[in-house]
Amino acid sequence: MKYLHLAWAGLMRRKTRTVLTILSVLAAFLLFGLLDGVRAAFNAGGTLAGVDRMVVSSRFSIIQPLPESLITRVQATPGVRKLTWANWFGGYYQEPKNQLIIFAVAPGYFDVYQDYGVTASQLDAFKRSRTGVLVGAALANRFGWKVGDKLPVMGSIFPNKATGETTWAFDIVGIYQAPNAKSRALEQQVMLHWKYFDEANAYGSGNVGWIVVQVADPGSSAKVAQAIDALSANSDHETKTQTEQDFNLSFAKQIGDIGLIVTAIIGAVFFTLMLLTGNTMAQAVRERIPELATLKTLGFTDRSVLVLVFLESVLLIVIGGVLGMALASVLTPIVSAASGGMLELPPIGPASWAVGLALMVAVGAIVGVLPALRAMRLRIVDALAGR
Amino acid sequence: MHRLRALLRNLALLAAVVASLAIWVWVPAIVLLGGLLVLGLWMATTRLGQQAAAVSWVGILTLPQRIGASSVIVIGIAGVVAVLVALLALGGGLAQTLRGTGNANTAIVLRGGATAELDSGLSREDATLILQAPGIARDPEGRALGTAEVVVVTNITKKSSGTEANVEIRGVGPQVWAVRPNLKIIDGRAFKPGLREMIVGKGAREQFAGLEPGTTLNLNAQQWQIVGVFSSGDAHESELIGDSETVASAYRRNGFQSVTVRLATPQSFDAFKAALKSDPRLKVDARTTRDYYSAQSEQLSKVIRIVGIVIAAIMAVGAVFGALNTMYAAINARAREVATLRAIGFGPTPVLVSVVLEAMLLALLGGALGAAVAWLIFHDYAVSTLGANFSQVVFRFDVSPALIGTGVRWALAIGLIGGLAPAIRAASLPVTTALRES
Repeated sequence: MKYLHLAWAGLMRRKTRTVLTILSVLAAFLLFGLLDGVRAAFNAGGTLAGVDRMVVSSRFSIIQPLPESLITRVQATPGVRKLTWANWFGGYYQEPKNQLIIFAVAPGYFDVYQDYGVTASQLDAFKRSRTGVLVGAALANRFGWKVGDKLPVMGSIFPNKATGETTWAFDIVGIYQAPNAKSRALEQQVMLHWKYFDEANAYGSGNVGWIVVQVADPGSSAKVAQAIDALSANSDHETKTQTEQDFNLSFAKQIGDIGLIVTAIIGAVFFTLMLLTGNTMAQAVRERIPELATLKTLGFTDRSVLVLVFLESVLLIVIGGVLGMALASVLTPIVSAASGGMLELPPIGPASWAVGLALMVAVGAIVGVLPALRAMRLRIVDALAGR
Repeated sequence: MHRLRALLRNLALLAAVVASLAIWVWVPAIVLLGGLLVLGLWMATTRLGQQAAAVSWVGILTLPQRIGASSVIVIGIAGVVAVLVALLALGGGLAQTLRGTGNANTAIVLRGGATAELDSGLSREDATLILQAPGIARDPEGRALGTAEVVVVTNITKKSSGTEANVEIRGVGPQVWAVRPNLKIIDGRAFKPGLREMIVGKGAREQFAGLEPGTTLNLNAQQWQIVGVFSSGDAHESELIGDSETVASAYRRNGFQSVTVRLATPQSFDAFKAALKSDPRLKVDARTTRDYYSAQSEQLSKVIRIVGIVIAAIMAVGAVFGALNTMYAAINARAREVATLRAIGFGPTPVLVSVVLEAMLLALLGGALGAAVAWLIFHDYAVSTLGANFSQVVFRFDVSPALIGTGVRWALAIGLIGGLAPAIRAASLPVTTALRES
């Protein structure tokens, strides 16, 4: 560390070159910061998935509902602590481009999902209203909804039994705020009563989209899943029980191998980055051969010269990299806010920072190797003579 | 005063760069070729031009001496162009597949308000009424060329990820072959109505496991036989097709999702649509299939396009700094040579032109390399994503010549920006000091 100021002086020797290189590194790590969160989100199946939650859905297809009668039998399965269920409703507000995420949820849904940040008074108001809905704050802001408003929705699938049309009107009884940044995506949803949905839709009652089970002991979840699936084996509504994380992941995987695409892009970025900074470092050492020889003449050992060049190379990358990732952390919420919730970029977490820092040191070390070795092997006489 | 002048000059330079970039993006290729021709003429005929050509030639001849540094520009720009072209080819391929699925000769009818077939629902009475509407083409026996279809989804393992994906199953009416004449059996035979038999699209067979002809498929706890493979050259190749009545019974459905009809002429669509609209018994929307499928591709391919351009733009900024670095180093190395040229009477313009040309030549190499890499790896590569029917749509990367042109334009723009500032420095190098310094 005592060589830090020497390495710094080395970088400041040609300010233009250093600044330009740092800006290139910054661009690379800005991209890394923006994309790594996306990759992590797609590979982890959402950061929210509770370890003790499992989803029971039709084994054959997501569009096949389960019979309501299954609920009590699942509830009776040993190892099941709590359960709730929901249906996909879907629809749009005013224009088809304003697609909404709407679920019809059973009583007890917010006991199992405490991540929504629904308060006791909101829940109370929801329970007392038949046609009431809870909406997320981000969504309410986007469209300017307030508590007490009527919410007209063009439902995507289900016609209203009373009118035969897919237009529905709900009452906004509460606007919930996600308790932390991780669950901000939940603020894009609209939740209505499953009971009302069940009675009022023209496609018949007694259908459950999926059941969510909270297990008493996450360690035994595989056994519980087997027991639940055994309930409906060989029937016309066989189920598949999986952890919430796997369930979410299966949707993410269906969109495409985003993880692979992102990794390929990041790979291309870093390949070019290494070439670029490697060239910079090679130039820097080549220019300074007489200076390095002078250092050796003054008594610097071969090893300390090696360390010096290494340090300079790592410092160059770390400065640019930290600046780039910091810029990415600043930009992420801005982009998410500017898109009005259309594009929810995950915030840059400690994991991304750790990977990023490791990458910075690794890239710095790799591009520093050849120039550092060259500096170490300099022979004072030849270098001073300019040979 | 001096500082202010320098600041003003830099600002003017920045404005010029932004303006030339804007022109660069909008100008058609033919004008660019014209510009190249003018440059060539200038170099061949005027004195200044001949000087510029001579200096540029010297620069190009000495390129091999600076191969390490020069390759930074080439590889850096190749990376940008490869990523840009690949992502645009992904969005373009999806848009092309979906747009190609529709045409002006057929119309699709969904329940009013439904944006996708899977959301729609039509009763048997609806389907009968729709097929009686005017404007539909008829076969020699007078039957309407229309097919009332059931669209459902099943879980099938995707080969690439090994996880289950939603695959679309379409139950079709007996007139489907007349409504969609591009549907061709390429292996095996067609399904027989009334039997639990299916044909599988070429794309679906490639992407999903267990869809070879002769295998059985478990559909809602029933065994179905795959009897053939079809090609259609559009999004239907991602589907499995069977008889509508049999598929509906397997999913305990009574009714349809959509009705697709062949129009007597493209002009008869208005009459067809008006007739459905005015029928009080029907609450349906009719669209030409061209409108329907174009709308589906719009949003997703737009998102892919924007994401691709943003990523490539950030990479391009990095590449510009790399190019600046390289070109500054190049003129530093050649400072004496440039100063000598100036001392024996070469003007600043030829020096400036030569540095910009060198940067753009390297950029062109990089752009060509990047586009070639994108073409070699991705062109025609089949992938699938979740489409409007909440099921997989199989499509191919489409690295078109137009996209390669876009990539090369980006490359040249990066070269121009990366070369301009160093070129100005080279041209304004004080001759005496440059000659004196080693």
